[in-house]
Amino acid sequence: MSDQFLFATEVFFNGLMAGVLYALVALGFVLIYKASGIFNYAQGVMALFAAMTLVGIMEGQVPFSHIINAMFGTEVHHFGWHVPALLAILLTVGVMVLFAWLVQRIVMRHLVGQEPIILFMATIGLAYFLEGFSDLMWGSEIKTLDVGLPQGGSFWIEDMTAGLGSDNFYGFFIDNLDIVATAIAALLVTGLVLFAQYTKQGRAMRAVADDHQAALSVGISLNFIWVLVWSVAGFVALVAGIVWGTKSGVQFALSLIALKALPVLMLGGFTSIPGAIVGGLIIGVGEKMFEFAIGPLVGGATENWFAYVLALLFLVFRPQGLFGEKIIERV
Amino acid sequence: MFYREAGDFKVSYEEDSQTFPIKFDRYRYYMVLAFAFLVIPFTINDYWANAILLPFLIYSIAAIGLNILVGYCGQVSLGTGGFMAVGAYACYKLMTAFPEVSMFVHVLLAGGVTGLVCVLFGLPSLRIKGFYLAVATLAAQFFLVWLFNRVPWFYNYSASGQINAPERDVFGIVITGPNAPAWATYLFCLIFLTLCALVARNLTRGTVGRSWMAIRDMDIAAEIIGVNPLKAKLTAFAVSGFFIGVSGALFFAIYLGAVEVGEAFGITKSFLVLFMVIIGGLGSIFGSFAGAAFLVLLPVVLKVVGVDVLGWPPDIVAHFQLVIVGGLIVVFLIVEPHGLAQLWRVTKEKLRLWPFPH
Repeated sequence: MSDQFLFATEVFFNGLMAGVLYALVALGFVLIYKASGIFNYAQGVMALFAAMTLVGIMEGQVPFSHIINAMFGTEVHHFGWHVPALLAILLTVGVMVLFAWLVQRIVMRHLVGQEPIILFMATIGLAYFLEGFSDLMWGSEIKTLDVGLPQGGSFWIEDMTAGLGSDNFYGFFIDNLDIVATAIAALLVTGLVLFAQYTKQGRAMRAVADDHQAALSVGISLNFIWVLVWSVAGFVALVAGIVWGTKSGVQFALSLIALKALPVLMLGGFTSIPGAIVGGLIIGVGEKMFEFAIGPLVGGATENWFAYVLALLFLVFRPQGLFGEKIIERV
Repeated sequence: MFYREAGDFKVSYEEDSQTFPIKFDRYRYYMVLAFAFLVIPFTINDYWANAILLPFLIYSIAAIGLNILVGYCGQVSLGTGGFMAVGAYACYKLMTAFPEVSMFVHVLLAGGVTGLVCVLFGLPSLRIKGFYLAVATLAAQFFLVWLFNRVPWFYNYSASGQINAPERDVFGIVITGPNAPAWATYLFCLIFLTLCALVARNLTRGTVGRSWMAIRDMDIAAEIIGVNPLKAKLTAFAVSGFFIGVSGALFFAIYLGAVEVGEAFGITKSFLVLFMVIIGGLGSIFGSFAGAAFLVLLPVVLKVVGVDVLGWPPDIVAHFQLVIVGGLIVVFLIVEPHGLAQLWRVTKEKLRLWPFPH
């Protein structure tokens, strides 16, 4: 096998792994969209907020310490304890559930029945609010997150594949974290599908997604379901935040992955969980391969826009995405 | 009492359909114009020009442009930053290629170029709508910024990758570069803003504007009653692109002077202008002014109160600003989806009856 082909294969696999991470974020969008018709732009910031909260709890940071210090001239920063990762994750889930409840209670309840685009803009406002809020709460410096996920290249795969090419091919470089992330994503999707298929709440969730009024008339509480959906989305955001935060540090850029998830959704269709995954993989592989093949010719950094342009071109031919429900319009 | 239309009789159709049919409104409008053109230029200093007035004027143009697209035609765009960059770079290329031509021409041409680019990226709007389109315009945002960053022709192969506005004058008065007097830059922007607002106001009152609004309110129904969606949507993109291009050109040439594209015209700029439109009022020219004024003044006020009065560190104030802006967006969408413009309308209604409410 030629080296060029092997390099391309390596890029392909890395793209696949990146795609899994995109899919992880996109999943949170799909959940909320299916159940409430809200396109939640704040999903990425929720991931950031979740990851920051997790770090903050683990390190024993004092919330709002910056403001407290600025207002009262004190010097508090840490409680001085360290919380084990698992407990911290549980506490963070609690925070995300609280957040979901607050969003539902304060914002979304008042916007029921508005046009989708108004709801979308409201979530943009929510994203800004949450971004500023999480910076106020936990400080804006870059934090490292370590919950015990393995990191660094996998030597095993490198050794196994080193013999495939000529002497200057050292084997595939694949990050251990990416492999773990793939496993986590698979688990998460399986868990969500099982939850949606076999539990009472899951069934209620699907019923609401199908038809709000019919669900209401058989006695399902819409408010409860929406809080539930936002909580689940918060949980997915937490998982995405953990994986991305471990990979590249907990920082503002984390919230921008939400922007990356948008073309994934457009490609896969807003209403389909498999669509989110397939779309994520296509985008992940596509942008890495494009950068590998075409990038050097046009000056590099094509990852910034490739996904959007691909999605744009795709939408012109298939407006509902790969797996989305057909859009039917009536006057 | 102060605001009444009693005794204000219209005797011709033109009088009845003028922009400001109420006499008080009309005079107030002339007063504001006179104040802006005849008083401010003589009292302005550098701080006021650079901190408040220039950004306000330039963002107002951008907000009017985006309001035409989002508020009047219902096509949500998140590509404003990218389109402003087109205006800025077009202006830069024209300024350096034809140094002897007047800046008025350059800015107008830059607007025209942006209009064309905007139409190009507006083409998908014929197939996709709603937030699908919003996301599609993100493609424009990221692609254009990347393009200006990576293709050296756009920044004339300068080593830093930045573009710097060379010194140019209008009728012998320097208006770009560090030596430009504050009043000249202010007047230059004000002239463009006044023209843009006039054009926008009258466009939205005419056939074109009505076809935009028909598309916004229900596109299929509009199509059935004979509005051509291709024409309506693309004209909205073209006009909006023109305004946004003008504002981008002014933003670069007059206000900043030197621009690094990712920083000056990034995605945050798109959101900023969108927020101006939402807070000001969707589908209102006055709202564009109000929203721009609000979001230009808010950071200044917060900085004065937070940093200078309370003595907080600037980064905390910056975070507070995010919280306040985000919160305001949500509050406005819940309480008053038509923004500041609607509040103004309500106030006017109240003033008409005051002090005899019955």
